[in-house]
Amino acid sequence: QQCQPALWKMTENCFMHHRTKVLTIDTMNPNVKKVEYAVRGPIVQRAVQIEKELKAGAKKPFSEVIRANIGDAHAMGQRPITFFRQVLALCSYPELLEGNEFPEDAKERARRILQACGGGSIGAYSASQGIECVRQDVARYIQERDGGIPCNPDNIYLSTGASDAIVTILKLLVCGEGRNRTGVMIPIPQYPLYSAALADLGAVQIEYYLDEENCWSLDVSELRRALVAAQQHCSPRALCIINPGNPTGQVQSRQCIEDVIRFAAEEHLFLMADEVYQDNVYAEGCEFHSFKKVLFEMGPEYSDTVELVSFHSTSKCYMGECGFRGGYMEVINMDPDVKVQLTKLVSVRLCPPVPGQALLDVVVNPPRPGEPSFNTYIKERTSTLQVLAEKAWLTEEVFNTVPGITCNPVQGAMYSFPRISLPERAIQQAKEKGQAPDMFYCMKLLEETGICLVPGSGFGQREGTYHFRMTILPPTDKLKIVLEKVKQFHQSFTQQYS
Amino acid sequence: MATACCWDCRGLLLSSYRAVLRSKEGCSLSNHPVVDAAGVEVVILFLFSHTQGVKKPYKEVIDICWGDAHSGGTKPLTFVRQVIAVCIYPELLQETTIAPDVKERARRLLRECPGGSVGKYCGIPFVQDGVCEFISKRDGGVPISPLHTGSPVQFVLKLLVHGKGLAQTGVLTPIPCYPTFVMGLTELGAAMVPYYLCEDDGWCLHVEELRRALATSRSHCNPRILYVINPGNPTGHVQSRESIEEVIRFAAEEELFIFADEVYQDMMYAEGSQFVSYKKVLFEMGPQYSNTVELASFHSVSKGIMGECGLRCGYVELVNLDPSVKQSVTSAFNTERNTAVIGQIALNIMVDPPKPGDPSYPTFSQVSLHTVEALPGTSFQAGSGGIYAYLRLDLPQKALLQAKEEGTDPDLMYCSRLLEEEGVCLVVGKEHGQQEGTYHIRICIGTTSTRLKEVLRRLKSFHLRFLNEFS
Repeated sequence: QQCQPALWKMTENCFMHHRTKVLTIDTMNPNVKKVEYAVRGPIVQRAVQIEKELKAGAKKPFSEVIRANIGDAHAMGQRPITFFRQVLALCSYPELLEGNEFPEDAKERARRILQACGGGSIGAYSASQGIECVRQDVARYIQERDGGIPCNPDNIYLSTGASDAIVTILKLLVCGEGRNRTGVMIPIPQYPLYSAALADLGAVQIEYYLDEENCWSLDVSELRRALVAAQQHCSPRALCIINPGNPTGQVQSRQCIEDVIRFAAEEHLFLMADEVYQDNVYAEGCEFHSFKKVLFEMGPEYSDTVELVSFHSTSKCYMGECGFRGGYMEVINMDPDVKVQLTKLVSVRLCPPVPGQALLDVVVNPPRPGEPSFNTYIKERTSTLQVLAEKAWLTEEVFNTVPGITCNPVQGAMYSFPRISLPERAIQQAKEKGQAPDMFYCMKLLEETGICLVPGSGFGQREGTYHFRMTILPPTDKLKIVLEKVKQFHQSFTQQYS
Repeated sequence: MATACCWDCRGLLLSSYRAVLRSKEGCSLSNHPVVDAAGVEVVILFLFSHTQGVKKPYKEVIDICWGDAHSGGTKPLTFVRQVIAVCIYPELLQETTIAPDVKERARRLLRECPGGSVGKYCGIPFVQDGVCEFISKRDGGVPISPLHTGSPVQFVLKLLVHGKGLAQTGVLTPIPCYPTFVMGLTELGAAMVPYYLCEDDGWCLHVEELRRALATSRSHCNPRILYVINPGNPTGHVQSRESIEEVIRFAAEEELFIFADEVYQDMMYAEGSQFVSYKKVLFEMGPQYSNTVELASFHSVSKGIMGECGLRCGYVELVNLDPSVKQSVTSAFNTERNTAVIGQIALNIMVDPPKPGDPSYPTFSQVSLHTVEALPGTSFQAGSGGIYAYLRLDLPQKALLQAKEEGTDPDLMYCSRLLEEEGVCLVVGKEHGQQEGTYHIRICIGTTSTRLKEVLRRLKSFHLRFLNEFS
């Protein structure tokens, strides 16, 4: 405990009370200090600064900053799904139900949602676990998606985006001291929410490497290696999978998912399946298989025992509605006593934002064939996913024409994660500056082209390899320009430091 | 001493409770949060009686627990909802029925969102600027950059709370206090250090009591935070300027970080009463305080005239933060990302509402709050602000004995019976913490006058019967 003596006592007229601050870098919660979130880290802060400089009239070799760092579809110009916005507008201002601007199917859904809200308003608190009829709709959606495997609405917890639910589950899991401290297995490369949450909670991070040579696939022998090594210094209890992957975009095969489930069963691990990109699957021969579905198709030996939580949200896929903070988790085979604690835990923040819950409802309950809005809906959805698929392919193609850049196929999700080879001199200079080499690269790229990417070091990568993550979200024309600029930059950078 | 809530049966019974209540014809219960309501133990009893098909003398259960205006029948403000609707569905800009100031505000907000869509991740700087201006106008001081987030109190607590044993961060907490705050402390691993508000003195805060609490706490934790709620929840007490100055002086002497929860600042109802913010008072106390005392001020769209609890948005203003932590705070804030954009729109309107002369100004009106008269056998320290009435029950000796026999708390017994016999659900004082041997109930008065009248009618009827039975 820090103890600073007060030098002078306060009196009415004269001496200043020498007061030390209560909150200093030394007295702050140490876990908060450890937290880093690369997606919005120093490179983004610099990007914001540059934007301000441009606005103030500074001369630069580019006229705008292109934020290809964050998976924010609408910010990059993707159009929202009309039907969803209509229902949300109706929920926000129900007087619109009386008018003629909106189709009947949108009105019907809005009415249903509002009936389930306190005082018929999305501004009222909801149940902490989420509005009941929304949870029922989510359960129905999951059941349909998974070929009829039953889904109990009581196992559905609505959340503030998927991140909130992931952190909540981690809070339940993390305990113990020293060698008994909870270890959580996460993929490398990973979405830095996981490393940030683990740092925040003081959990032990157990890293398993995805196989870059094999399109970022997951190998159970690597899981085993990581687990065995970790058992020396912590108590491994959970295994996190991101499928489709972020930043890697790989879509796991059914066989792989079965192998992972078997591994989790053998090693007594709690499975956390982050499936927020489940509709973002582009590559030929790839298909999304939900962990729950595979689990149940493996028979009661697994489906009755393996503890699994699956996460989904309204932020990605074809909706891209990050700002609404809609999401849910489904808990399978959770100990009933723990479930009570979970229900309690989610009540501390009262409830997830109700507009997000409303949006989630209409996402899992979209227009059906025959309904007035169906044609527009399906057209918009197909087109959005189609364009993303084209951009995924385009990105892979262009990057692979650049000597020194190798890009695995972007099978799904919203990002490319190409590997870059850096000249030795560049690596040296980076080290002198105290920067990770790919951060050094990305900072230069930002300064020279205005393109904002996230260095691979923010996601984790094998020692001695370097990457960056770029989203496939900019509109196609802009993306082509960005790809060209990155290509040119890489070539000049390589030359400059050779 | 505020007791930890009894969680054992809640989760298990809550879903079945809801299902049964909903299925009962002629008896409706609006959705309300699954929280620590003391009401939960009460409604569990209710559930059982209902499953037996017992006929009740009322058709509807009135749930007057929550500080949730809309659930209580208050209508959302048209301007707020129109702006939100237009932002969500900009095609509405063509609508002739929507007022020009609505359209102008929506256009402005949409311009500030990259891609022109509210579907993007949080952080609209324009909203932040609006909050700065609001604070500046309210307090006349120099505004610091406020941060908007879904759970501002939790966010700041997390920066400070850590340690175990003697090093465990202690948080001075008023008794009575609303239950989710205490739950939040437990979740983060903070030590709650209770200080008792003085009921006989209108629930005001006495610095000697703060001193006592602080002194005793030092033997088992490291007290660093002083949490005040002004206007109070559940008490409704509004601190005088002198009281605020005393608290600031105390915090300065004892090196405490002040958390000033001011979410009810717009809900002032007593004649002549006035809210003054901690920030303003701090700055008017001169540089030896205004340059040093660390303060976090909180506000939200949940209460006040908008009552938009479901949108989950508030802000915190951090004053006199040490420069060494600024970077960490910014990073932590960037990682949070849990403020829905819709909430930020509401926040923007809260700090920059329609002005006299604007087409929407006439309909953007104050919620009227209704006062509660004391009933015989109760006493009521009427507050001047907030949205609750916190009544003290002077329970007859016989009632206390009965409760003992039933193995329950007297106020819980009272509330269970009230729910059974009259269909009124309110919050038991036990959930807020109270002095030993005192019993209270909390009623939300931020509701329609019809509803409140009905609640008071039923309460009075029950209360007189109760007194009679146990006289």
